[in-house]
Amino acid sequence: MTLPYPLARQPLSANAPVLRVENLCKHYGQVEAIKGISFRVFPGEIVGLLGVNGAGKTTTISMLLGVLEPTAGSIELSSVNLLRHRSQALAETNFAAVYAPLPGNLTVYQNLRVFALLYGVQDFSARLQSVLDAFDLHRFRDTKCGVLSSGEQTRVGLAKALLSRPRVLLLDEPTASIDPASAREIRTTIRRFAAQEQTGVLWTSHNMYEVEEVCSRVLFLYQGEIVLEGDPRKLPSEYGKPTLEDLFILVTRQPLNREQSWRARPS
Amino acid sequence: MNPARIAAILLRQLYLYRGSAARVVPLFAWVTIDMVLWGFMTKFLSSLAHTTYRFVPALLGAVLFWDFMTRVMQGVTTAFFEDVWSRNFLNIFATPITMSEYIAGLLLSSLSTSLVGLGVMIAVASAAFGLSFAAYGVIALPFVFVLLLSGMALGVTAIAIVLRFGPAAEWFIWPIPALLSPFACVYYPLSTLPIHLQWFARLLPPTYVFEGLRAAVAGHGFKGSLLVTALPLAGAYILLAYGIFARVFRHALQSGLITRYSAETVS
Repeated sequence: MTLPYPLARQPLSANAPVLRVENLCKHYGQVEAIKGISFRVFPGEIVGLLGVNGAGKTTTISMLLGVLEPTAGSIELSSVNLLRHRSQALAETNFAAVYAPLPGNLTVYQNLRVFALLYGVQDFSARLQSVLDAFDLHRFRDTKCGVLSSGEQTRVGLAKALLSRPRVLLLDEPTASIDPASAREIRTTIRRFAAQEQTGVLWTSHNMYEVEEVCSRVLFLYQGEIVLEGDPRKLPSEYGKPTLEDLFILVTRQPLNREQSWRARPS
Repeated sequence: MNPARIAAILLRQLYLYRGSAARVVPLFAWVTIDMVLWGFMTKFLSSLAHTTYRFVPALLGAVLFWDFMTRVMQGVTTAFFEDVWSRNFLNIFATPITMSEYIAGLLLSSLSTSLVGLGVMIAVASAAFGLSFAAYGVIALPFVFVLLLSGMALGVTAIAIVLRFGPAAEWFIWPIPALLSPFACVYYPLSTLPIHLQWFARLLPPTYVFEGLRAAVAGHGFKGSLLVTALPLAGAYILLAYGIFARVFRHALQSGLITRYSAETVS
C-alpha cells in the first residue's frame, strides 16, 4: 500500500507507541551487534538508551534512522513500517548526533532551508524562528556552520532535529559537547518540545545525572541486548545502588555473574 | 517523486556555487582553455592540409561536444562529492529523500552546470574560431541529448564506484572520459579503428553521435539510423547505471558503510 505524501498526521493516542521495535537484530558476518531487541516509545515520553561504548546504541539508532538495514526484526515509526515505507516513515522522525554535524560550508539558515525541504516542512519561516529562538541561534543565522564552535554546531543540529516537528526524535549524546549551563537549557527545551508536540524521544547519554533529569524510562543495552529497563529514579534503589551511575557500572562491568548480582532483585 | 526534495539538492548546490569562486571558475575556465587550444590546433591543421575538409566543425566541434559530455559526468560526481567532502551522508540519507530523488537532484544540478559550460564553449568557438552550428543543422540537438544521457550514465556509474570503494576511489573516476575517448571515435571515423575495437566502439553511444556529426559536416546529411541506435543505447546505459547505484546503495545500507563512510570500507 502506498501512503500519501506528505503523510497526513493522524491524531495521537497515548496508548499507541510512536516508535515500536520488535525483535531487531543486526549481524555483521558472525558478529551479532544487536540481538533481537524489542521496545516501544510512547507520545511525549523520553526514553534513555544506556550502555557502554560499543554496546549497540548507535547501531540501534542507525537502524531507526534507516541508514543501516537490520538483519531481522521490524521498526514502526508512527505506525509506518520503516522497511516497507522508508520515505514515509522517515518523514515522522528526525535526529541529532554529535558525530553528524550539518555541512560546514553552508550557513545556519541555508542548512535549515535545505533540510526543511527534505523533511517537507510546511511553515518554514515560523519554524525557523521557533528553532532559532529555542537554541539561541539568531546571531549565527548567516554564519557558516563550519566556523561555529562544537557546542554551537550541536545546537544547530538540534535545531534541524526539531525543525520538522518529528513524532519520533532520536538524540545520540545531544549535550556531549555543551557546557553545563547550555546543556540544562537544551534539556529544558527538548522536554518542553516533547510535551507540547507529544513527540517520543529516544535519548542516549553517558551523563547519568542528565538521564535521571530527563528520562522517564531507561533501557540498558549490553552487548546488543536490553538487559534492564525501568524508571531511572527508582532503579538504583531497587538494585541496592545509591545512584544510577553506580547501577550503570554494575550492569556493564559484571557481565559474567550478572544473573546473580543484578538481574535478581534484592529482597 | 517529491519535487521539494529534488529542489533541496539543487538549492544546496546553488548555495555552494553562490558563495564560492573556486566552484564557479571551473565551470567555464577549463572548457575555455580547451576551445582555445583546439581552436588553434584546428587552424594549424587547416593550413597544412590544403583540402576541402572542414576542420573547424569536424574537429573543434567534436572537442566541444565531448567536453560537454565530460562536464555532464563531472557535474554529477561533483554534486555527489559535496556530500562526501562535508560528511553529510548520515544527515541526507536519514531524511525522507528517496534514492531516485537524490539521483534526480544530482542530474538536474549537473544539467544546469553543464549548460553553463556548453554556452561558454559555443561562445568562444563561434567568436574566436568561426564555428557555426549551421554546419550540423538541427540534428545536433538529438545528438547533444544522447551525449547528455551518456554523461549522466557515466556520472551515476562513477558515484556508485565511489560509494562502493570509498572517497579515495575518486582517482578511478576522473580519467574515465579520457579512457573512453579513443574508442568513442571523437576525433576520427570508426573505420580508423581495428575491427575488434570497432565492436567495442559500437557499444558506446557517443560513437554514433560523432559519426553522425562528421557525416553532416561532410555533406552526407542526417543519418537517422545512427540516432535510432544511439538513443536507446544511451537510455539503456542510464537504466544500467541506476541499477548499479541502487545495488551499491543497498549494499551500503546493509553493511553500515553509509554510517561509517570515512572508514572507506567496513569489511
